[in-house]
Amino acid sequence: MLLINCPYCEETLPEAEFVYAGEAHVLRAETPSELSDQDWAEFLFIRQNVKGVHFERWRHFHGCARFFNAARDTVSDKFLITYKAGEPRPNLTELAGDAT
Amino acid sequence: MTHTIATSPAGLLFGTQGVQISRMPPKARLSLRSRNANLMALSKAIGIPVPTKIGACDTKGGTEILCLGPDEWLVLSDVSDHIAEACEKLYASVPHSLVDISHREVTFNISGPQATELLTLGWPRDPASLRVGEGRRTVFDSATVVLWRDAENAYRMDVWNSFADHLFQFLQHGCRELAAQAY
Ligand SMILES: [Zn+2]
Repeated sequence: MLLINCPYCEETLPEAEFVYAGEAHVLRAETPSELSDQDWAEFLFIRQNVKGVHFERWRHFHGCARFFNAARDTVSDKFLITYKAGEPRPNLTELAGDAT
Repeated sequence: MTHTIATSPAGLLFGTQGVQISRMPPKARLSLRSRNANLMALSKAIGIPVPTKIGACDTKGGTEILCLGPDEWLVLSDVSDHIAEACEKLYASVPHSLVDISHREVTFNISGPQATELLTLGWPRDPASLRVGEGRRTVFDSATVVLWRDAENAYRMDVWNSFADHLFQFLQHGCRELAAQAY
């Protein structure tokens, strides 16, 4: 079982307490009515589906109930970092240095 | 399906030499939500300092509070009417929500020398991560529960009514299994 660090609880806990919630940092347009159908469809449905480091949302569903963000390597399943919702995307080069 | 646990009286439900499971007498349960609030004012209204560390508990008089999340607390109290009254006066100056959820759950008391071992059967957490005197919302056999650790081998578990029968049967089954192993 994966162990995930919740940035709100500040604890590393079993995956069974969490649910996955899709790609992170997907911004909704301020005025969706101004978007073309193509752009709106991309916002709704098109995701990066990266092989490697993926920025994604998780929710500590059976715990503090907060959504937060994580950087996880989709090949090794290793979590590089988790951070609170609303915080900027962390610097990947620094993370790579930490991971060694 | 009839919900036998949710309507059963308080008292011992099942026990072996190693673990006793009982239903606690009803107590008012309040859900408090507030973001960036004036916690001093809320503490005064509730009559107990509102903790800010997730999992931290405090007890004073007939009132007990547990921090469930960054903006969420669970309050158990014998004087819930007084608390509701005091909090109501704060709505204008300290935005918050206080909801009576007393009827939503039943509380199991799980204690005895094998209590911790019993919980490990349905609880993916390391039991050591819940220290004596703390509480957490967590997961037990796929149902969300609130668990308090009152002593090394004494726990209280808040379970939603609709999950109570299932979790009780699970715990009962576990007790029997642990008792069989002891011989
Ligand atoms: Zn959490």
